[in-house]
Amino acid sequence: MSLDRRALEAKGYLVVPGFIDLHAHLREPGFEDSETIATGAKAALRGGFTTVCAMPNTEPAIDSPGLVAELISRAKAADGARVLPIAAITRGRKGRDLADLVELAAAGAVAFSDDGSPVEDGRLFRSALEYARVTGRPVIEHPQDLALSAKGVMHEGAVSARLGLPGMPAAAEETAVARDIALAKMTGGRLHLTHLSTAGSIELVRRAKAEGAPITCDVTPHHLAMTDDWVAGSRAFAWEVPDEALQGVPYESSTKVNPPLRGHADVRALWAGLADGTVDAIATDHAPHASVKKDLEFDQAAFGISGLETALALVLGGVRVHWAPIGAVINALTIGPARVLGMKLVDDDWIAIDRDAEWLVTADELSSKGKNTPLLGRTVIGRVVHVSLAGETKLGERREGNAEAVGRR
Amino acid sequence: MNWTRRHVLDTDDWSRDEIDTVLDQTRAMTEILQRPIRRAPPLRGRTVILFFAEASTRTRVSFELAAKALSADVTNITASGSSVEKGESLYDTVRTLQALGGDVVVMRHASSGAPYFVAERTDAAVINAGDGWHAHPTQGLLDAYTLRDALGDLDGKRVVIVGDVLHSRVARSDINTLIPLGARVTLSGPPTLIPTAWRGGQLPPGVTYESDLDKALEGAHAVIALRLQRERQESGLLPSLREYSRVWGLTADRVARMRPAAPVMHPGPMNEGVEIDAAVAHGSQSLIEKQVTNGVAVRMALLYLLAGAPTPSGVPAPAVRLEATA
Repeated sequence: MSLDRRALEAKGYLVVPGFIDLHAHLREPGFEDSETIATGAKAALRGGFTTVCAMPNTEPAIDSPGLVAELISRAKAADGARVLPIAAITRGRKGRDLADLVELAAAGAVAFSDDGSPVEDGRLFRSALEYARVTGRPVIEHPQDLALSAKGVMHEGAVSARLGLPGMPAAAEETAVARDIALAKMTGGRLHLTHLSTAGSIELVRRAKAEGAPITCDVTPHHLAMTDDWVAGSRAFAWEVPDEALQGVPYESSTKVNPPLRGHADVRALWAGLADGTVDAIATDHAPHASVKKDLEFDQAAFGISGLETALALVLGGVRVHWAPIGAVINALTIGPARVLGMKLVDDDWIAIDRDAEWLVTADELSSKGKNTPLLGRTVIGRVVHVSLAGETKLGERREGNAEAVGRR
Repeated sequence: MNWTRRHVLDTDDWSRDEIDTVLDQTRAMTEILQRPIRRAPPLRGRTVILFFAEASTRTRVSFELAAKALSADVTNITASGSSVEKGESLYDTVRTLQALGGDVVVMRHASSGAPYFVAERTDAAVINAGDGWHAHPTQGLLDAYTLRDALGDLDGKRVVIVGDVLHSRVARSDINTLIPLGARVTLSGPPTLIPTAWRGGQLPPGVTYESDLDKALEGAHAVIALRLQRERQESGLLPSLREYSRVWGLTADRVARMRPAAPVMHPGPMNEGVEIDAAVAHGSQSLIEKQVTNGVAVRMALLYLLAGAPTPSGVPAPAVRLEATA
């Protein structure tokens, strides 16, 4: 253990392995107005993520070995968190033909996903899982029955009924989870279900795991902390009592995310899944958007929350009210996702956390280009104060003064 | 008299006192509308911008007449419904509205919540003239006014709302206005056209659901039939319009199940023969034309409360008295 590390522990900081994010949208190539690999990898560091997996829904989609290689070289140049490429399951993410999965894995893809678009064709998805066995890489599926979710823009429930917004029922996710589990059992291919958001999904995974199915899953910080009341203007975390001081304006598009923010019982079920090990990982689904995609009517705005930099503070909130022990949460950010990827933790990747640091979330405070978070203007508690990546200090306390990114632009 | 609101976006958080204020003011406005010259001066020099991003003739004309009856300058902005594809964003339009400097923006929009977006970004008072499936506050208020006019105090009265509640901003605003006035509401209609949560027992207080329209109407004090959009059948929510009409259409036989002379209402435009029979729509119990007349008065009341000349107390004086001093 380095001197640095001991000194930080002596200050009362929590020193843990660097976080691994299984699910982030870095938008490059194609949508650099929303994020770049450099800004995303920087935001990751500030959130405590030393490794971040980049989703392939870029333009072009990452569906060929050459594109995987290009992404790896751009990530090296970015000098932020370690960026691992996820490749598309199907060519152009169109859900019609499988991409060259074996060659993509050889080029360095750590997983496959058409995230954002579920693979609707069950037969094609079966083939993807068969190939996943051969490549030893997981298939990361965004479970959603598109016919059931239809034109929904938020969770279907009492709040959507009141706001008059088209809803996405919990069943739209759960029927897809059930199909995916059945195919994973049949093929033995490694299936990872991402951003599960409903109590029913967690229960399906819990039972399938008990039967020994080869599946893992993750949940996001925002689904762990926020409910569909946020669409109606509430800014009270799931563990807080709603009150008027925490009431904002309804229909803020920053609360529009897919899967949608769910009900309170769903949030509790995600935490229960974290506590009992049903949930393997916490992944951010960091989805930065340029303001032109968000400064719109609620139903016209893009889905997604910019989440890398606020993830830790959100999940620590649930820990403070004992919804899960700190150990379970840290595991879900470190060893959990490493196991999903079939990797070991890197000893020299570690971070220090100030669990009591209060900070105000503002657009300026975020390194990400995506300022699209409903947390703007809210005070949150818990912050990363030091990041060491492969032994090199990437973010740290100066001898005196506040935490500052080292080598910041 | 209790009025502190800057905008009318939804009535879901209105107190009974606030609703009473508007309904009392509406009564004063009907007086102006009965005069030989239907014009009073309290909004002289004020500009009302009618921003209708979704096709509507009735509501727009109703607001226009209301604004002109109060001597406001009225101007129209039309915009395409889903503006994104046509290259002009709502934000662009808001910037234009702000630059034009209107005192009141009356807006209709296909997206639920769009009036909140505008209200956050402009100095003008915003009146929601219908947004998506969400709210149509002036319709709720005019329905409450019309019902109170016909039935007296609404305390304990039971009103049936039948039809496509799921997609209806009118149903939501009727509920939000009638419940605080003491009425109870029974919803009826096909299960696919009632919000799931409301069928599952998470109904707003004072509201119940009864799929059987005959049972729902038994002993009711009034009924409001909602417009059925033909595309609901195409999107698989209904087997056929004929079945809908037979099961949930308002016929003379069904109307007879209510209390004697119970009012029949409809926000218009009607599909006669689908959700309502012609004989009922134009029968003695129909208040449908009265709804249209009262709509102008309700809109005058709101325009007046939002933009009328303030008195030293900060609250606009009653319009009728202002008229007398003019």
